[in-house]
Amino acid sequence: MKLVMIKYNAGNTRSLQYALRRLGVEPLITDNAEEILSADKIIFPGVGEASSAMKYLKSKQLDQVIIQVKQPFLGICLGMQLMCTHSEENDTPCLGIFDEAVKLFKSNYSSIKIPQIGWNTIGHLKSNLFNGVAENSHCYFVHSYYAHLGDHTIATTDYCSPYSAALHRDNFYGVQFHPEKSALVGEKIIENFLKEDLICR
Amino acid sequence: MLTKRIIPCLDIKNGRTVKGTNFVDLRDAGDPVELAAIYAAQGADELVFLDITATNEKRKTLAELVDRIAQRINIPFTVGGGISSVEDVRLLLDHGADKISINTSAFKNPNLIDQLAAEFGSQCVVLAIDTKQHDDGEWYVYLNGGRVATETRCLDWAIEGVKRGAGEILLTSMDHDGTKSGFAKEITGIVSTHVPVPIIASGGGGEPKHFAEILNGIADAALAASVFHFGEISIPDLKKYLSEQNIPMRLNS
Repeated sequence: MKLVMIKYNAGNTRSLQYALRRLGVEPLITDNAEEILSADKIIFPGVGEASSAMKYLKSKQLDQVIIQVKQPFLGICLGMQLMCTHSEENDTPCLGIFDEAVKLFKSNYSSIKIPQIGWNTIGHLKSNLFNGVAENSHCYFVHSYYAHLGDHTIATTDYCSPYSAALHRDNFYGVQFHPEKSALVGEKIIENFLKEDLICR
Repeated sequence: MLTKRIIPCLDIKNGRTVKGTNFVDLRDAGDPVELAAIYAAQGADELVFLDITATNEKRKTLAELVDRIAQRINIPFTVGGGISSVEDVRLLLDHGADKISINTSAFKNPNLIDQLAAEFGSQCVVLAIDTKQHDDGEWYVYLNGGRVATETRCLDWAIEGVKRGAGEILLTSMDHDGTKSGFAKEITGIVSTHVPVPIIASGGGGEPKHFAEILNGIADAALAASVFHFGEISIPDLKKYLSEQNIPMRLNS
């Protein structure tokens, strides 16, 4: 299988690369459009800030490449947020693959910390991405912005209020948590993305 | 529901763990990767590696170790100890660290926090603060592993650090560290209610009930070293106990 990880200025790729290697897959890390479009599956990682990431993607025309992709495509954390319509983080228009918008957590309680850092549960799982994953399994989250619940929500998490832990539309998948840091549960989700017969357009 | 985190801390020197351990099933008790893998399998929520190497070879050795940890470990980990520049941090993050912790270097050059937050994001910047209570009742910041006192109040520094972009505070009470008499509830609570980011409490955890006391409405995570290394507290038992005390815990790893 040819697995591509998209290389850009917000990709914290090493951990993901090693997680894939533990599952027997060596990813090709590239920003080359031909390589991306000829991959069997594509992962779009992301740790960083939305506006500088979008600016970089546009400067390399990767925004146009990503929306053309017809193979199974998985955005992680910031990657998932960039696949939404818009992010409140520096008022950034995003790729618009998912209809949901990305907002900043708001808390009236000092006991609720922002960013959310740690293990939270995922529930209302509805996708073969979560085959073999129990309802209310714990995944590792690190984020200050979140995607609303919407038609594309395939998993939910609760922090301040319920929000989308994962989104899915056609061949596009996104997860807010870090599967590469989510112990065995995360490994199962990555394995599902690699092995399940996911939708292509 | 977001769970509270249990974090074992490993002291590293020249790529090896410093303190001994009681893990009989370790092939190599001095190998941080072996120990880390055991903690991850036992349900540790995160790991902290604190490098106390002082040699010039430090950066390279540490980066190699971080790479080996990232290859093996499927939970998040933080690396700290002697980090003083954006380049130091880039090297460690590029080798697979999820977060870095800074302490003395950030106090001496607070701009470092701003630079790191702008370059890599607040989520990977942990501000470590060592603190000690003086006779006037105030808690002050200490530097260089607790050897150098300052006249800055712990709370003031925590607030400034978070304003500059620290995404978490790792707060060690030197008065409690090594005592096994419980965490510093007072100062941890004060810092926690005055800064909007998560607080990791460190120093003094000797019994499961100490972890319950500090995680029940005070800290977001609790860090300990020797009680885990010497098997005085087993992580699965601790997490089960805390869960029974209605503290949200991730039980099945």
